Amino acid sequence: MKHIISALVENKPGVLAHVAGMFAARAFNIDSLVVGRTEDPKLSRMTIVVVGDDRVVEQVRKQLAKIVPVVKVQDFAGQPMVARDLMLITISAPADKRPEILSLIEMFKGRVVDISTKQLMVEVSGPESKIEAFIDACKPYGIKNVARTGTIAMPRQGQAEVKS
Amino acid sequence: MSPKSRSAAVSADKSTSKAGAQIIVDTLIDLGVDTMFGYCGGVVLPLFDRLYDAPIRVIVPRHEQGGCHMADGYARASGKVGVVIATSGPGACNLVTGLATALMDSVPLVALTGQVRTELIGNDAFQEADTTGITRSVTKYNSIVKDIKDLSRVIHEAFYIASTSRPGPVLVDIPVDIQVARYEADGPVKMDLPGYKVQTKGHTRQISATAAAINKSEKPVLYVGGGVVTANASEELRALAQKAHLPVTMTLMGLGAFDQNSPESLDMLGMHGSAYANYAVQECDLLIAIGARFDDRVTGKVKTFAPNAKIIHIDIDPTSISKNVIVDIPVVGDAKYILTELLKEVEFRERAAWFKRIAEWKKKLPFTYDKKVSTIKPQYVIEELCRQTKGEAIVTTGVGQNQMWAAQFFKFSRPRQFISSGGLGTMGYGLPAAIGAQIARPDATVIDIDGDHSFNMTMTELATAVEHKLPIKVCILNNGYMGMPRQWQELFYGKRYSCSCLQNPNYADVAKALGAAGETVEKKADVPKAIEKLLAEKRPCVFDFRIEREENVWPMVAAGKSLNEMDGLDILESMA
Repeated sequence: MKHIISALVENKPGVLAHVAGMFAARAFNIDSLVVGRTEDPKLSRMTIVVVGDDRVVEQVRKQLAKIVPVVKVQDFAGQPMVARDLMLITISAPADKRPEILSLIEMFKGRVVDISTKQLMVEVSGPESKIEAFIDACKPYGIKNVARTGTIAMPRQGQAEVKS
Repeated sequence: MSPKSRSAAVSADKSTSKAGAQIIVDTLIDLGVDTMFGYCGGVVLPLFDRLYDAPIRVIVPRHEQGGCHMADGYARASGKVGVVIATSGPGACNLVTGLATALMDSVPLVALTGQVRTELIGNDAFQEADTTGITRSVTKYNSIVKDIKDLSRVIHEAFYIASTSRPGPVLVDIPVDIQVARYEADGPVKMDLPGYKVQTKGHTRQISATAAAINKSEKPVLYVGGGVVTANASEELRALAQKAHLPVTMTLMGLGAFDQNSPESLDMLGMHGSAYANYAVQECDLLIAIGARFDDRVTGKVKTFAPNAKIIHIDIDPTSISKNVIVDIPVVGDAKYILTELLKEVEFRERAAWFKRIAEWKKKLPFTYDKKVSTIKPQYVIEELCRQTKGEAIVTTGVGQNQMWAAQFFKFSRPRQFISSGGLGTMGYGLPAAIGAQIARPDATVIDIDGDHSFNMTMTELATAVEHKLPIKVCILNNGYMGMPRQWQELFYGKRYSCSCLQNPNYADVAKALGAAGETVEKKADVPKAIEKLLAEKRPCVFDFRIEREENVWPMVAAGKSLNEMDGLDILESMA
């Protein structure tokens, strides 16, 4: 099962290597690991998607917390949260297919960010399932390249889903 | 400027600022360091230059690995933080085994390494290595100081992290330009460790639940690890075992935490543990693990470990809890604190039937060996060492059969008396650890019970012992084999002794060449006299006991077997 774990870490050199090294050394299975600064310049947030049963994830959580520069660890399992991936995807788009591709992009609330005679680059963000669905939908046209960020997530404070 | 006025200008500058190397030395003195182990080299010369005038004793090993094990042995014998210094590149790389050893056994250690100049880092400079990268997975924490402003703080943090919570080695890498740069400190040092939390107090309800479980239990067993030694909780442990009337078994690392001469002692458990401890664990209805981590050498096959027991785990490290064995009651905190709290709530219970059953196992299957043969049995040498020192010596060991026999046949009564590489199983640990222990405890009798091949790995450190006139006593149990691999080859590889038999030097001659005393003991009848002589020796000495070559360690739980499926019980029973 996939778990999304969020770790607030000190924004210092070597912390990512320490965290990644711990995962490798303990044979934990990382699906994705995303790091970025937070509102506090001294802290970064790592969002780590881990595959494993509850026992494995419990160990991951504890081993992460044990790393000295890791300030706080949260497992979002069972909590209301927002999880997002960002993807840039280049699709083969000859003139005759372009209208239907554009309507597909519209359906997924994607954005064309680059265009050439033969292809389009599209930016799509959303839950992982939406990203996967968009990739599937694009397959018949021909996918040239994909770049994905991996998942970032935050717990919801309010209970209602607010559409953006 | 005349020479005189130039020197006045320099001293004026010095009065307001300090060189990095001086900051390091002053910080170490502030932190109470009076002894450390260090090997010189190009990029630590500024530091060694400052140490020249400092009130710190520096012991120079013959190899950095030796220095690291010395600092480790010093820390285990004294309870203080061990300090080791090495230069960049090869020096730092040579620390890796020692750091890993200390990490696995939770030993408080601070390693200071020199690094090439900041601007050269990453350019494959001479004697450059990515020390923090290399040592990240063998330290509790490490860091590199790239700004002299951080130097004192980082060293303070290193000592704090190394010695608190679950202790471990911390490495600080210091580029040579930082050691040379000057800095004027602006106020007291403040540590900055937002992610490091030390939890000493256990959860009150969990402690009460533990006490209730103990009070209810018919057949409990305390399973005690090195954490009790680290937490200085032996007194509390003894009080608990007596007040609640509990049998106590110890891991290899836990030996000494509980007096093995007490009626409650079940001695060591696990792969080469006592039959009575292993049976008791398999039959108990409550297993209380304290400062132990359910290592595979202890549990045997995890699925069938303590199958009837409710399991309680008291440990300061939450990651140890339910890592290998699922626990019913976890208690996270310091063993000393939790045992003190537990003592208030437990009640005495007779448990006559349980202790009677244990006594029967003890009588039927003690640790023993064939005492009738004319060859020197390793167990006999150890028993004699224990008898003649009245069980008072500090014992360090190599790794393998020598280590297991020492654990089985020396009866330890005090914490910090048995010093051995448990987690990593580091061959070559015994001699340098003995040197560290002797420096920490100058008045104690320190004996390294070693194997021939463990001794081979670090025997040059004998020169260090000679230089510092340390009366350490090395007893080599010499069977001409890497004993444990040979035993496994005998049992599981059809006696194909592939690469486990190498030619040894004459150790007595080696000892003499290095300036120590040396003797070879070949006859059983000579053993008591030899040990008398060994104990009377004021110099470092090496006694080479030529033991029976194919003696095995019994009992043995083969890998993947349950604790109660021990081999060699028929041998023990026939000789009991």
